[in-house]
Amino acid sequence: MTQISVRVDGVTYADDVEPRTLLVNYLREQVGKVGTVVGCDTSNCGACTVLLDGVAVKSCTVLAVQADEAEVTTIEGVAAPDGTLHPLQRAFHELHGLQCGFCTPGMIMASIDLLRDHPDPSETEIREGIEGNLCRCTGYQNIVRAVQHAAGEMSGRARSDGPASDRSASPADVDTAAAPHAVVRA
Amino acid sequence: MTVTEDRAATGAPEKEVGKPRRRKEDARLITGRTLWTDNLVLPGLLHMSVVRSPVAHARITGIDVSAAQQAPGVLAVLTGRDLADEQGSLPCAWPVTPDMVNPGAPAVAVDQVNHVGEAVAVVVARSRAAAADALELVDVDYEPLPPVLDMEAALAEGADLVHPGTASNRSYHWVFDGGEAGTAADTEQAFADAEVVVSRRFVQQRLIPAFMEPRSVVVQPQGDNYTVWSATQVPHILRLMLSMVTGIPEHKVKVIAPDVGGGFGGKLQVTPEEVLTLLAARRVGRPVKWTETRSESLMSAHHGRDQIQYIDIAADREGNVKGLRCRILADMGAYLRLITPGVPVLGAFMFIGIYKFPAYRFECDGVFTTKTPTDAYRGAGRPEATFAIERIMDELAVELGMDPLEVRRKNWIRAEEFPFTTAAGLEYDSGDYEAATQKALELIGYDELRAEQRRRRESGDPVQLGIGFSTFTEMCGIAPSRVLGSLSYGAGGWEQASIRMLPTGKVEVVTGTSPHGQGHETAWSQIVADQLGVPFEDVEVLHGDTAVSARGLDTYGSRSLVVGGVAVVKAAEKVVAKARRVAAHLLEASEDDLDFAGGSFSVRGTPGTSVSIQEVSLACFTSHNFPEGMEPSIDAEATFDPENFSFPHGTHICAAEVDTETGRVTIRKYACVDDIGEIVNPLIVEGQVHGGLAQGIAQALYEEAVYDADGNLTTGTFVDYLVPSAADLPHFDTGNTVSPALANPLGAKGVGEAGTIASTPAVVNAALDAVRHLGVTDIRMPLTPERVWRALQGGGDGGDRATAGTTAYGGAQTETTAGVSTPQSSLGGDR
Ligand code: FES
Ligand code: FES
Repeated sequence: MTQISVRVDGVTYADDVEPRTLLVNYLREQVGKVGTVVGCDTSNCGACTVLLDGVAVKSCTVLAVQADEAEVTTIEGVAAPDGTLHPLQRAFHELHGLQCGFCTPGMIMASIDLLRDHPDPSETEIREGIEGNLCRCTGYQNIVRAVQHAAGEMSGRARSDGPASDRSASPADVDTAAAPHAVVRA
Repeated sequence: MTVTEDRAATGAPEKEVGKPRRRKEDARLITGRTLWTDNLVLPGLLHMSVVRSPVAHARITGIDVSAAQQAPGVLAVLTGRDLADEQGSLPCAWPVTPDMVNPGAPAVAVDQVNHVGEAVAVVVARSRAAAADALELVDVDYEPLPPVLDMEAALAEGADLVHPGTASNRSYHWVFDGGEAGTAADTEQAFADAEVVVSRRFVQQRLIPAFMEPRSVVVQPQGDNYTVWSATQVPHILRLMLSMVTGIPEHKVKVIAPDVGGGFGGKLQVTPEEVLTLLAARRVGRPVKWTETRSESLMSAHHGRDQIQYIDIAADREGNVKGLRCRILADMGAYLRLITPGVPVLGAFMFIGIYKFPAYRFECDGVFTTKTPTDAYRGAGRPEATFAIERIMDELAVELGMDPLEVRRKNWIRAEEFPFTTAAGLEYDSGDYEAATQKALELIGYDELRAEQRRRRESGDPVQLGIGFSTFTEMCGIAPSRVLGSLSYGAGGWEQASIRMLPTGKVEVVTGTSPHGQGHETAWSQIVADQLGVPFEDVEVLHGDTAVSARGLDTYGSRSLVVGGVAVVKAAEKVVAKARRVAAHLLEASEDDLDFAGGSFSVRGTPGTSVSIQEVSLACFTSHNFPEGMEPSIDAEATFDPENFSFPHGTHICAAEVDTETGRVTIRKYACVDDIGEIVNPLIVEGQVHGGLAQGIAQALYEEAVYDADGNLTTGTFVDYLVPSAADLPHFDTGNTVSPALANPLGAKGVGEAGTIASTPAVVNAALDAVRHLGVTDIRMPLTPERVWRALQGGGDGGDRATAGTTAYGGAQTETTAGVSTPQSSLGGDR
């Protein structure tokens, strides 16, 4: 057993962990942060993504002891203390970027990291930026829209100035959630 | 929770149905406040792990559990022998023929293992780690038997048998002959008379549902009662089946499906592990949890598809179809699970698609192999059927030198011909294939793409462009109970809903459907808001707990809205009828003089006199002033059994680029227009279509469960089984036409499977269209660069996929940083 001290979502924990304990298991089983989930055993799915000292990591690839003296942010800690949602959480909700929601915590954490590095990402940059996170439900399109929408909101920019080849989440998308979804009554 | 939405501040309430309501479910999912089964911790909780067979086919000659039993923290090690008398056989609810061979399926193998990953023992220990550690200490002796892997070889005379004591590896032979059934002309005659016959062999590769939430079960024994939490699509079916399998009386078992992270048919099952967790908890008398690893999931959770299809189409020279003949081999895997044998039968009626075939015959053999059992995977039988017909229509067009869309148009049912009874005997209620096709052509920019295709062809561009169609229909909304009965299915297809009016005017809706991503809490709220005239926010939808939702048949087969949603409508109608009587009493008016609108009863022609349904609800609670002879409640429940399936349809068009130098297929554009009848929530519908497309495209381009010559699954992790990432999929342009369903008052047809069913052949047709002029006539799915390249070089269909080494994939992955790494190397494109 090794003693570690980790700050998780603003609270400091001092715990004994086995050297082999993965960060994700420490978070889930010892800290009770079950919002972070496990989707695979080969570090392919990204469901377990958290921020470690502000950088997104797959917490199934990090040992708990490696997080000693570090700051961990999980999906449970991204909303403001008064409960105001993070712009990405709002955007996933607004643009239907989730169905079963199992991938969502990891997607949101990976997207936070993506938007820090690329505040104004193109569709391609988003698709490639979240490629380490698998979603089986959504086909990703609304996730991409949500990240674009949040990017616009976070930088206070209108999103109509994106590269022409990339589709951005226009207000029309947001309002109807269906454009360019067309309906014809037969 | 801070997810809220403003209600439009208008006078008359807007209709909720049809609005893109943001989902109620999201609040807990986007904040990590979700109750996945694996999140559950109970006092005294123990953990179970499963010893699994590393060999495909072998007799178990001995198991030594002594070392495992002595390991720290281990409470019990249970083998098949230990549980043989209490485990029963896992259920198969669909004996498709009276003489179907079902050798039975133990939850844990007793004498013999029949696929890699089959359970041979379980360990129950204090912690997850202790249970996993002790697995290594269980010593099993296997006496190998020859693996049975190839369906055609498995049916040959003298083939090695999967199950001892069976006469062959054939489980059943199932036939639908339109001539014999009186729904179509004689097929043999149609082929004898035909001017053109095109025959093809298509391979539906084996797929893995790969829901993102691994399966998990927690069982809490309390006296002789058992509460089972399971990541399942089918809590009601599971409760019944656990009781029937183990003999624990049904009223002593309660099943809860908490938040469930996707299913796609993969959680439409009664699994060995659900039975084993229950038996283990009963043995040790404490709560037990089992959660699978992804590798366990890919290896042992049921697989899907896996058919060999021999398709013959007959036509005249003008392209009018005359007959269709299908011979199918369907891989059951090692055992018959819940609806394993029925999956091909669900497809049997859909091979003729949207076309007016005068003659039709379908026959199918269910074949045992030493592989993981197959069962439902999104579409279940209908993607296989749609692939066959939409591929063979293209082949016919090529044979006749006609445009593929022209051949389709010549033969499809025209809008004015509905309702139309097909050669398979189904009555399609409504649709407009031409309208959907026109819309899809516009969405994709068809003429420009064809022009570009010509340019690339003429210039000999190394990257060729192709356009593929799929004008599909499907039967869903499972299902009219009588029809299921005629197909020998073991249950009905009704659905149940009840509505409870609370004293404060809030509304609880209990549904028998069991959502796991589909947004029923939102959509059902919209339906009830309209029906009862109450605010959307005032409706709470309860589901997934058999103690709360006592009756139901759960969620699969695109049935939830068109059966379960309709049950909600019917229950609401009963609530309004009861409330009307109370309102009449309160208003001292005749029931016949009352109008009900916007949640209020008012006396016709007497403005200013009205009573709201909330006031009626409160009046029921107090019961101080209530109609004589009426019980003081306006709560109601309803069970809805549909008269017919529903038949969504649509036109999907894929434009694909094929790099003739590397073999890589890239989807350039994808457009689809689906007609799923009336839409309750366009946001949810669009999401269902997107997700469905992703899975159908993945079958065409990426996914395949591969076994090596010894019967080992070589795609047993997410490194090797390519679930596509965002970078592997295109943008989708989606649209709808609306031909309301006639079989239900919502006019809805179901959307859960449409995208998956339709998209696969569109993609393959597109890729072939790009390279046909180079001599390629077929490419086996998935269309990996390796296969496409081989087909381009040497003809043929690209052949089997290499069973080891995964460089054949087209996706942006091949490597992993499995194991432990530093934070710096542990995120991003490492797949
Ligand atoms: S659980 Fe960490 S990447 Fe899958
Ligand atoms: S929403 Fe279900 S896996 Fe992404």
